[in-house]
Amino acid sequence: MRPNLKISNALADRLFGFAARGAALLTLALLSGIIISLVMGAWPAIREFGIGFLTHNAWDPVREDFGGLAMICGTLATSFIALLIAVPVSFGIALFLTELAPAWLKRPLGTAIELLAAVPSIVYGMWGLMVFGPVLGRYVQQPLQSLLGDVPFLGALVSGPPVGIGILSASIILSIMIIPFIASVMRDVFEVTPPLLKESAYGLGATTWEVVWHVVLPYTKTGVLGGIMLGLGRALGETMAVTFVIGNMNQLNSISLFDPANTITSTLANEFAEAAPGLHQASLIYLGLVLFLITFMVLICSRLLLMRLKKNEGKRV
Amino acid sequence: MNIPEPSPAAPTKIVVRDLNFYYGKFQALKSINLDIPERHVTAFIGPSGCGKSTLLRTFNRMFELYPEQRAEGSILLDGENLLTSKQDVALIRARIGMLFQKPTPFPMSIFDNIAFGVKLFENLSRIDLEERVEWALRKAALWDEVKDKLSQNGTSLSGGQQQRLCIARGIAIKPELLLLDEPCSALDPISTARIEELIAELKKDYTVIIVTHNMQQAARVSDHTAYMYLGELIEFGETEQMFLKPARRETEDYITGRFG
Amino acid sequence: MKGDRKTTRNARFARRKQFNRIAIALSMCAMLFGMFWLAWILWETISIGVSSLSLSLLTENTPPPDDAIGAGGLSNAIKGSFLMVALATFVGTPIGILTGVYLAEYDPRGKLSGTVRFINDLLLSAPSIIIGLFVYAVIVVRFKEFSGWAGAAALALIVVPIVIRTTENMLALVPAGLREAAYALGAPKWKVITRVTLVAARAGVLTGILLAVARISGETAPLLFTALNNQFWNASLSGPLANLPVTILQFAMSPYENWQQLAWGGVFLITFAVLGLNILARMLSREKLK
Repeated sequence: MRPNLKISNALADRLFGFAARGAALLTLALLSGIIISLVMGAWPAIREFGIGFLTHNAWDPVREDFGGLAMICGTLATSFIALLIAVPVSFGIALFLTELAPAWLKRPLGTAIELLAAVPSIVYGMWGLMVFGPVLGRYVQQPLQSLLGDVPFLGALVSGPPVGIGILSASIILSIMIIPFIASVMRDVFEVTPPLLKESAYGLGATTWEVVWHVVLPYTKTGVLGGIMLGLGRALGETMAVTFVIGNMNQLNSISLFDPANTITSTLANEFAEAAPGLHQASLIYLGLVLFLITFMVLICSRLLLMRLKKNEGKRV
Repeated sequence: MNIPEPSPAAPTKIVVRDLNFYYGKFQALKSINLDIPERHVTAFIGPSGCGKSTLLRTFNRMFELYPEQRAEGSILLDGENLLTSKQDVALIRARIGMLFQKPTPFPMSIFDNIAFGVKLFENLSRIDLEERVEWALRKAALWDEVKDKLSQNGTSLSGGQQQRLCIARGIAIKPELLLLDEPCSALDPISTARIEELIAELKKDYTVIIVTHNMQQAARVSDHTAYMYLGELIEFGETEQMFLKPARRETEDYITGRFG
Repeated sequence: MKGDRKTTRNARFARRKQFNRIAIALSMCAMLFGMFWLAWILWETISIGVSSLSLSLLTENTPPPDDAIGAGGLSNAIKGSFLMVALATFVGTPIGILTGVYLAEYDPRGKLSGTVRFINDLLLSAPSIIIGLFVYAVIVVRFKEFSGWAGAAALALIVVPIVIRTTENMLALVPAGLREAAYALGAPKWKVITRVTLVAARAGVLTGILLAVARISGETAPLLFTALNNQFWNASLSGPLANLPVTILQFAMSPYENWQQLAWGGVFLITFAVLGLNILARMLSREKLK
């Protein structure tokens, strides 16, 4: 009876170990699978257009002439503007949650901000199209146009149809979506700043702002940058919210924030299911591959930052 | 409670009267009365949890950072009640330097660590600022070790050097009072000896209060000693007196190591 | 001399304090800014969504365009979404848990674990539309048809990395003493893991699963070219399958008023299902901390 039990346990042990290892290897295989299948799917387009695809501005399914410049620029521009809005706001939120909010408010407010991240992106998209866009067009874009329309550079920035659809509204909605990610990382790293460090700055007579700006922020800068990268990754890959409000037009000829545009994700969402197999579909997959590589690089950057953070941690007393 | 007589030799810098302190509902200080003489070193000793650090932290109202902590009573610095002062707490703290259990260099260069506090309160030219930094570093006996690497990060120094950097940072804003909260507890004996020498030097210009769990250290560096137990001030007097002939039985038990 | 210093000090401080006040005010504005959007989105979702709620929303299939307002419902879409989410969870969870166990218990510092961890991070941050593309290339192209299976596979691929991450983190939190005590009794490794460490970490792991379910319930992008959508209810998973997110997308973008009305009803359902799951997960993880 006993030896039997031992054998079956040893067998079970081995099986369980195999299963766990197998699952780990499966995850590994998945990623290679994703990369391989994207490259294979994109291959006709890669062969046809090469690396010049990235700098070529054309999207003509009839003449089969494709280049992703407009979409790549659209993706980078909307994400960049979204960061411009989200980073300072997130910093303010983290500052409020760690230094200013009374203890009983910290938790509910923190949860509320995190819930903002849980709202499905299709809800943002629909709300953006039906509710936010018209309000933005009517109460922000139109006044801005009549105010700045004749100013040289700014006028060009606000030209275009003031209907609340385009780069600006997509960027604003993206920023709302990434604020919770950046703000909660910032809050978490602010909270692990040693209290003694903060106390010594307060002890010199520094104000709350000076303590956070001159001491807490430099101390946590790698973590903060990691959080920003996380937000950037989200913004680059967001599909539905952008598809609803970006306006879906491949254009590069104006710098106006009100003009419609296209991002990689919105192009994929709009065209892929109906694209004819062949060069059109391959070009779309090529776009997807480019997007994947961009998010990959963003992840690598945040990883390197985190590694530096960990190395520095050892040094500090 | 016995109100200790002020030391006749020196004018009084701080007068503490009926000070009570609460962490939420827990009372950590019970009706403390204490007169701290100017330009002397006063040590607070007692077993851990006796309230000695808490008392120290009421002097620059550091406890106000934590909403559940509060103090009642009065702490007079040159006759002005710090607890009810209309003056902003940041300005009060500018007159009081503080040093902590662990060195706390800011994440910036050695120079900026010291310049940070100075720039908060004074508008100095670059040359004056450099002069002030050098002056503070010399006062903290650190100048010779760091004069060639002022632009390096403060965290690159050794623990003892970091603590002296923090002392330099504290005196660079020319405070009147220095609060030292177990400043040597994270340091090796050699660094500790250097800090102790420095304290003896500093009392010529500043009123120094040091919290320590190390009785020998209290005996070595202080002129007056306060023994605290369970939030009460048990005895306060001249250090020599107290270590040789304590007035209270509890103090004697603690000092001779029979307790605590 | 000394008085001089005091006046500059006070003048300078007045300016600093002013600056600090402005900074604090701005920080409060940032907080209000964040809360403002949440409140606005929830308010619109509730106020428009509630008016389109009715029993038929749950019992009737999606209507043809330009039908009477209030006719038809989202029954087929809800059932399809439910089916795919359930399938994805049942497939993705065991793989995720097993991989998490491997990372935390079998080989925490090994090379394979390091690689898997990195790749898992990559999968976590990969845009979900890329997952859709992958499944399209692997499944839809092979079978030459959009299908519910493909949709479920895409969702499962989103579940796996989330569950891996939380399982590993939660297992790492189990005190080593507990593990050692179990081994000291002579228990074999698989029993220690299934009966002791996983049990000790169960609240955390369950939280991760709930968060993953919440996430895929609202995902639209990976379904666009996998499950597609279906106007009708079809219990077979091997053809295009109706689902809530894509139906919302299609109806919201359409010019037909009855469809838009239904889209708002769908948004209402999906928002509160997802937020409810999130709050449940939070309550569970708080319970664990006690």
